Amino acid sequence: MACKMLSIRKLNSSGALCCALLAALLVAGCSGGERRVDSGTAAGVLHWGNASEPASLDPQIANGVPEQKILSALWEGLVGKHPVTLEPIPAGASHWQISDDRRTYRFHLRSDARWSNGEPVTAEDYRWAWWRALQPELGNSFATMLFPIVNAQAYWRGEIDDFSQVGVRVVDPLTLEVELSHPTGYFLQLLDMPTLYPLHRASIERHGAATARASRWSYPGNLVSNGPFQLAEWQINRRIVVAKNPHYWDAAAVALNQIIFYPTENTTTEERMFRAGQLHYSYDVPVNKMAYYASQRPAELVVAPYLGSYFYRFNTRRPELADPRVRRALARAIDRRQLTEQVLRAGQLPAYAMTPPNTAGYYPPASAEAQLSFDPAAARALLAEAGYPDGAGLGPIEILYNTQDEHRKVAVAIQQMWKQHLNVDATLQNQEWKVYLDTERRGDYQITRASWIGDYVDARNFLEIWLCDSDNNRTGWCDPQFDQLLLEQLPAATSQAERHRLLQSAEQRLLDGLPLLPIYTYTSKHLVHPDLNGYTANLLNQPLFKQLSLVRQPPALTP
Amino acid sequence: MSSAVHHSHSPTQLALRRFARHKLAIASAALLALLALAVACAPLIEWLLGVSANQVDLYNRLAAPSWQHPMGTDELGRDTLLRLLYGGRVSLLTGLAAAACAASIGTLIGICAGYFSGRTDTVLMRLTDSIIALPLLPLLIVLAAIDLTKLGLSAQLANSESISLYRIIVIVALTGWTTVARLVRGATLSLREREFVLAARGIGASDWVIMRRHILPNLLSPIIVAVTLSIGSVILLESVLSFLGLGIQPPLASWGNMLTNAQQLIWEAPQLAIYPGLLIFITVICFNFVGDGLQDAFDPKAEQ
Amino acid sequence: MSWALLQLIARRLATAAVLLVVVAAGTFALIHAAPGGPFSADRAVSAEVETALAAQYRLDQPPLLQFASYLGNALRGEFGPSFKYPGREVSELIAAGLPATLELALYALLLALVVGISVGALAASRPGTLRDRLPMGAALVGICLPAFVLGPLLVLVFGVYNEWLPVSGWGELAGDKLLPTVTLAAGYAAYIARLTRAGLREQLRQPYIVTARAKGLGGAAVILKHALRGALLPVVAYLGPACAGLIAGSFVVETIFQIPGIGRFYIQAAFNRDYTLILGLTLFFATLITLFNLLADLLALWLDPRQREAL
Repeated sequence: MACKMLSIRKLNSSGALCCALLAALLVAGCSGGERRVDSGTAAGVLHWGNASEPASLDPQIANGVPEQKILSALWEGLVGKHPVTLEPIPAGASHWQISDDRRTYRFHLRSDARWSNGEPVTAEDYRWAWWRALQPELGNSFATMLFPIVNAQAYWRGEIDDFSQVGVRVVDPLTLEVELSHPTGYFLQLLDMPTLYPLHRASIERHGAATARASRWSYPGNLVSNGPFQLAEWQINRRIVVAKNPHYWDAAAVALNQIIFYPTENTTTEERMFRAGQLHYSYDVPVNKMAYYASQRPAELVVAPYLGSYFYRFNTRRPELADPRVRRALARAIDRRQLTEQVLRAGQLPAYAMTPPNTAGYYPPASAEAQLSFDPAAARALLAEAGYPDGAGLGPIEILYNTQDEHRKVAVAIQQMWKQHLNVDATLQNQEWKVYLDTERRGDYQITRASWIGDYVDARNFLEIWLCDSDNNRTGWCDPQFDQLLLEQLPAATSQAERHRLLQSAEQRLLDGLPLLPIYTYTSKHLVHPDLNGYTANLLNQPLFKQLSLVRQPPALTP
Repeated sequence: MSSAVHHSHSPTQLALRRFARHKLAIASAALLALLALAVACAPLIEWLLGVSANQVDLYNRLAAPSWQHPMGTDELGRDTLLRLLYGGRVSLLTGLAAAACAASIGTLIGICAGYFSGRTDTVLMRLTDSIIALPLLPLLIVLAAIDLTKLGLSAQLANSESISLYRIIVIVALTGWTTVARLVRGATLSLREREFVLAARGIGASDWVIMRRHILPNLLSPIIVAVTLSIGSVILLESVLSFLGLGIQPPLASWGNMLTNAQQLIWEAPQLAIYPGLLIFITVICFNFVGDGLQDAFDPKAEQ
Repeated sequence: MSWALLQLIARRLATAAVLLVVVAAGTFALIHAAPGGPFSADRAVSAEVETALAAQYRLDQPPLLQFASYLGNALRGEFGPSFKYPGREVSELIAAGLPATLELALYALLLALVVGISVGALAASRPGTLRDRLPMGAALVGICLPAFVLGPLLVLVFGVYNEWLPVSGWGELAGDKLLPTVTLAAGYAAYIARLTRAGLREQLRQPYIVTARAKGLGGAAVILKHALRGALLPVVAYLGPACAGLIAGSFVVETIFQIPGIGRFYIQAAFNRDYTLILGLTLFFATLITLFNLLADLLALWLDPRQREAL
């Protein structure tokens, strides 16, 4: 018996020994909870949650929002945006002149602008980059941003072979002249989009053909950029490190030494990382944590309006949805305030139009809210007028959305509202993202969930998707007068006030036709560490990295 | 010594008696029966409460327990009790159906491999190996994306709410039969050489009859044990798939997707995570106990 | 190594090769049957871009030809460029994520084996006592607790409330490997403990053990020297499926702990219709699992003299 006891202890201890060894292997010099943010603040290293692994750092291939953040640290366009007002500010160009007919822009480049390898940035670097952007084999989905330029669209379509016919001209190494096919009020806004960044031709051609997608030029050691930071390290799915670019013309004003971008796919994990002191900035905030931060740590929660609209598309080709009165009835039976406050709960704003309010000073028509606001009685009357008294004969209507919890919640709530207020049955159908895109494009739906995030701050960007031949329309709705307003009258507008008036008329026509059901305007939400200085949220959710700094704050005196 | 089925006194009775001594297994079986009864009665309870399981009520979100909502409501104001019951139907059905399908396929393949041996055996066992080597998760994603109408399914079925349920059952059935197949093959290999099988062959019984009448009954007990044990793991698998967004799709409730959704509300309404989590836990543990009990009951050696 | 053994290995490798081609063909057919291509996006892609891209990636060729050229390239070790990450080779992406995934799976397997076998042996040595019931109860809990519940639970306790261990990452901060490993290992340790206990109990009833005991050998000596070897057979048989499970399980753990492994790529690749990446990863995992199964079988042969004789 004693022998048995002893030997079991032996058995036990051998297991324990193995465990201890394994634990030692795993812990390998555990020094206790080191907070990355503290050492980061001391060393000027910003730890930034950045949602996902970038597909590419080629400014003309990468098209996601997380990529755009990294690119904006690495590059600089001709003209930048003020981090608060988003007004154009000098960047690669120190100043510029606009001709009286507002079709010709002459940009004067900084003589001290340098690539990260020390070479000067010249007008040719911009011209060549824009040539590259217009090569279809590159698969650049933002090439359309160059279309205001004379002949750019024709060149891209292959109707013109000669790039010199496109309205981009190098006057001298430091002067670039751009000719637009018609006045474009938002042209300066486009210049800090990645597709319009200058490119360092020699370093790209060293790694293969200029238009090869699979080129290695945009990887560490190869990438040459002209922004406040340069690419230092890229560990797949782990981190991307950018370090201060000593050749940057304004390097003296750049406070940070490094920014480390983390692919924080899972927002729940990201929030835990923030709380455990591993991030200065989170890309997003889980909805369920909003209340906690708002009440317990309000200084760290930043919520701001975001230039994006969440809406439903009506398939107007379907007979049951062809009547605008039916669409309006469905739109008026939705209590958006309840939806944003009870279901979404992240500060989203109820929307009654396509364009978010205060898009560069533009507001949707004042009557929009009154026309679409929640009014069950009016909705029922409209439905009866259209031949469906008390919802009889209409439905069930199917709402298609891509598989995601938030979309499902919105759809479920809307389903209930239609049932309750209109006695209309709705069914929900969710599809995986790519399948959903395919179904929507084929027009094989009744109602789909959709959203549009602004590329630049101008109402036209939100309205142009409803043009008759726009690939992003997908509803079958087509109003020649709307097209005429946007395509013919708007370019001829001579003042900002007139532009806004025309845009409002166009938006009014859109809301009269109502191929969409506006639901809400997005907000951006982030957790920001108190040490991070110079950060202000803006409508585009685009920080100006060169302005950020890290300053140690005394810990808050919480009991 | 002859096979168990050829004994004069009932081995089932013996097994039952042995099972009855296994107190935990009995308690687990009772608890499972209770759960099954409860989820079977879901429509009745729905009628009694006068609310419907999918009834959204945004004015009554995360409500505390009341007479109308005995376990409160969820983040969309739906009755938690009813959703748990309907979710239980889905979870238990998935577990049972998938485990049973997998076991049937596995038995068929295993018995053929073991009985015919030789080339058939080699081919079937290599097939088994290849199925084991298939990565399950991406298969699910791709299968989730496939246009089922192209495969000949009616549009009505392909777009129905419960398609995600069938998909999981089919995938588990198609990939999960290997364990049973190996088990059955092994047992068949030894049964094949037993006297009663040789005797049956001697009197000219066909292969089919021998497999069905003489071999299969002797395999039942290990198969039942394997099925019981795998029901729990299928229920768990479903919850893991829900976590990855590949599980049973809302609005159909399952304990797995309820648990995953509730993780977002863990601070505001921990009960929404605790209820389904606890139910999964209890169900899986009970199936394990019952499986253990059955194993001991069927295993004559355990009688010492 | 005997001739028969070599023959067995050769036969298994040959069937594995056939199997891999079948797996590749099946995966290829499945992903190409799924709606939506690698380049479809919310912002409509113009027809010009679509044609140019299809030509560049040879998607305009007949599927059979595409598959044939894929196989040809794969035989030469070229798995093509990823669609989603245009500058990356598939092999590069796998190589980048592999160390973390393999390390995680390996640590978890080791931990599960060490803990599982010792706990199982301990429980089997005194059946029916508290020393049996307690760890076996814990094992049952371990089996029934999915990783996505256990993981966040561990993080909350050890990472957030008490800042003892990092809440995410792999090999970045000291000690960040501990929580993921424990999370992944728990279920397997529990299962192995149960298998070991059952196997040992079976072995301890065998005549040779009874004889050994009768000759006066002590309990632990019997367990360690004689019974454990036979009792580990079911554990070894379980290693093959466990390996497949560990890799799949690591996908979940990688998501919870933000670990830069392959799992996160795999799931994303399927959603993104990154054809080459899905195919490459599927082939890679199929190879890995097949090899592990072979290894597990060889290990079983080494442990079990009867199986060796049957060869």
